[in-house]
Amino acid sequence: MGATDVNDPRYYHKVVDCQWACPAHTNVPGYLRLIAQGRYDDSYMLNRESNVFPGILGRTCDRPCEPACRRVRVEEKPVAICRLKRVAADLRGDITARLPKAPKQKNGKRIACVGAGPASLTVANDLLPLGYDVTIFEQNAKPGGLMRVNIPAFRLPASVLDEECGYIIDMGATMKYGTPIDSMKALLAKGYDAVFVGSGAPKGKELDLPGRHDDPGKIHIGIEWLANVHFGHVERIEPRVLIIGVGNTAMDCCRTAKRVGATDVTVIARRGRKHFKASPWELEDAEEELVEIVENHSPKRFVVENGTLVGMEFEVLEWTEDASGRQKSTVKETRILPCDAVILAIGQDNAFPWIERDVGIEFDPKWDMPVVDKTTFQSTREGVFFGGDAAWGPENIIWAVAHGHQAAISIHQHCQGKPVTERPPQGMTLVSAKMGMHSWAYSNDYEPAKRAKMQHEDLTKRFADITVEVELGFTPEQAAREVQRCLNCDIQTHFTTSLCIECDACVDVCPTRCLTITTNGTSEADLRTRLSAPAENLDQAVYVSDALPQTKRVMVKDEDVCLHCGLCAERCPTAAWDMRTFDLKLPYAGMMQP
Amino acid sequence: MTSIAKPPVKHPSSRQNGIGLTLRDYEGVMSTLCAGCGHDSITASIVQAAWEMELEPHRVGKMSGIGCSSKTTAYFMKQSHGFNSVHGRMPSVTSGAAAANGGLTYIGVSGDGDSLSIGVGQLCHAIRRNVNMLYMLENNGVYGLTKGQFSASADIGSTSKKGEANEQAPIDPILLALSLGATYVARSFSGDKRQLVPIIKAGIAHKGFALVDVISPCVTFNDHEGSTKSYAYTRQHEVEAVEADYVPLRREITMPETKGAVTVVQMHDGSSVRLRPTAPDYDPTDRESAYAHVRACQARGEIATGLLFVSEGARDMHELARTVPTPLVDVPFEALCPGQAALDKLMARYR
Repeated sequence: MGATDVNDPRYYHKVVDCQWACPAHTNVPGYLRLIAQGRYDDSYMLNRESNVFPGILGRTCDRPCEPACRRVRVEEKPVAICRLKRVAADLRGDITARLPKAPKQKNGKRIACVGAGPASLTVANDLLPLGYDVTIFEQNAKPGGLMRVNIPAFRLPASVLDEECGYIIDMGATMKYGTPIDSMKALLAKGYDAVFVGSGAPKGKELDLPGRHDDPGKIHIGIEWLANVHFGHVERIEPRVLIIGVGNTAMDCCRTAKRVGATDVTVIARRGRKHFKASPWELEDAEEELVEIVENHSPKRFVVENGTLVGMEFEVLEWTEDASGRQKSTVKETRILPCDAVILAIGQDNAFPWIERDVGIEFDPKWDMPVVDKTTFQSTREGVFFGGDAAWGPENIIWAVAHGHQAAISIHQHCQGKPVTERPPQGMTLVSAKMGMHSWAYSNDYEPAKRAKMQHEDLTKRFADITVEVELGFTPEQAAREVQRCLNCDIQTHFTTSLCIECDACVDVCPTRCLTITTNGTSEADLRTRLSAPAENLDQAVYVSDALPQTKRVMVKDEDVCLHCGLCAERCPTAAWDMRTFDLKLPYAGMMQP
Repeated sequence: MTSIAKPPVKHPSSRQNGIGLTLRDYEGVMSTLCAGCGHDSITASIVQAAWEMELEPHRVGKMSGIGCSSKTTAYFMKQSHGFNSVHGRMPSVTSGAAAANGGLTYIGVSGDGDSLSIGVGQLCHAIRRNVNMLYMLENNGVYGLTKGQFSASADIGSTSKKGEANEQAPIDPILLALSLGATYVARSFSGDKRQLVPIIKAGIAHKGFALVDVISPCVTFNDHEGSTKSYAYTRQHEVEAVEADYVPLRREITMPETKGAVTVVQMHDGSSVRLRPTAPDYDPTDRESAYAHVRACQARGEIATGLLFVSEGARDMHELARTVPTPLVDVPFEALCPGQAALDKLMARYR
């Protein structure tokens, strides 16, 4: 096998599992170390660079980083990355002076953004400091989009949202509130240099079963109902409520229902628990609020008697798996669950009734969705870009942010008359973390503590007021310990082949037996059979050195369960192993080399 | 030295041996030796061998004297018995321990200073007594703990770190042991666990005195260009006389025979050692040929390694002394200490 090229930023980036899994590639270990040092402002700013909304995401992110966390492979539970992000936001001081600023001298380019959700705001965040004139059209009276109207205040207080949206808007975005865009043609006619569509996936899915329209006031579409609660159009719901669907919107619906008068709330799932779409922590939080979850029930009809909804009929399913792993259901029985109201939370669709089909934006005939390039976020009409849920359907806030950054790069290229496919590359820095004899720029000792438990507000207090935030946040003491659980995967074990004397010291000391000196193999699979402790998880890379000076064997490192404890480097007599801080340099709009 | 202890995290695939222990259960405290010391690799090899042999830690005695090498008994099998003795006196202390309790497995760890200078007489007599023990001689050619003076195993012409050449003839522990009638004589290299681990295992299984001379480079004082015990020099001049494979009693032999004659030596516990000489006419069960081979290698400036000589038929210390086979701790008090009347009777024989 050829030697691994560690000069390609992707190799070390992949070792940092959380950062690799994060769509916005937030430097998680970096900001956790800043929290450990009590440098909350710096931690917040490091977060903001990539994910723009640390306070919001620290409460609401779907955290793709956490299942990826190395700690899961080493013990059981990941580092509480998401809630530590909130710690940085909660404990920060006034950082307004450190925010990016728009120059007085504009560059003369005008950009229109449709919708003031996370995608559009990220585009504005990246383009305003470059001198662009950014106008955001928003149908509601306040910014935030789905973050404001669909995420209940008990999970995300309005003050947090206002503050972080404000950081961007105050740079000088032109906000057109209460201005829904109903014609793309008309918008294009206004002569903007580029248009960004970040209008989300605003249409809740319908469930057209018998009885659906017989008592319409009692049957709601989840995201519409949540928005109505937010705007105060709905203040009460009947006592017995069924929620159809078991995604994260269903969790918000059931918990909101509990706060507006429902006493018995039941969430109905078509399949078993392991297939639930809701994140495990959102399920836990709902169940803590005494919401019942019923599995394997498939809706059949709404039971309406004398014009009043009295229940819903379900088929009780039994699921079996055939040889190819496909799930098949058989109906065991039917069953009526009594209720006074139903909320449908079975998914969302995009809808673009306002985009005329003859403006040069091609739509996929099958899904009736615009055709959008996965890298450039450009539609088939030059200068029109899509991002967030508007691009490919419902995702999470962090995806919208990642889209926004990429779309901003494209818009900047487009406005400079350069091809949008020409994109600034990722870079990296790699600096030794050695501070002295056995002294490192990070805490390399292993923290055996279990994951910190989030403190929650009392049930009575939270049901009394819908705006009472449930999660109280970590205390500084809890945060201080939790950050030490981070294995510092960005402090890389960097090997210099020419220095190695093959003394085996690193191989002997490695607590998880990641290292092997062996004869080179023809393929990775071949090499893996000769490792000290062959990995069960083959998703992680194997590092292979050049031929070693004395025996021409190779140094092999299995990245799977490396603890980044630095013992290999401490035991290395020649500093062939060194611990080096890897910093991924992400490109943003305007960072292209001339 | 390291700044932290080894994190208590096991590899997800780490297996348990037949007595329910993982490899890491055979570790000791963190080594305080220099980074890259050959001794640490030998420690790791002992850990590996003990785990594979399913030694019960509480049935092992770790014996040592003074020196860098003698510190290493702390770095493996932290649940075992141990005795860190006076400089050079480990063989005597082990003789005493083995006399009192022959039921334990004794692993003695010593160095070239401890064994070939201050303790050379002790070593010779332990070989003569054929004490049932594994004797690991961690040989680096210098006194590392006192800043790198030549030891008694330094070769003529090899230089100190400052460039001074050694002019005194070395003591070769292999030739010494062969001439004293040792029954298990092997040499290996800390940088070659593939060879060292089976040799350690066979040495533990051997009934009698098993001497394993291990070239163990001193990274701080003897890993330079003028050294004949450096990593690079050993790798360039090592000549493996015999490939050894230790086959425990339970394992079925499924390895196909390859070229070369294989000598199978049956150990007293039913396990066996399979020896495949790499030089023609080499017979690892013939003391004369072993001696001649080691001398010939020496003359060519080569380092003969492998299990060089083994004889499983010899009597060990207990058989030679006709002592009771039971460890004294298990002999009933009445038999062990039969009282004044028995003593008087014994004394009467000398009057």
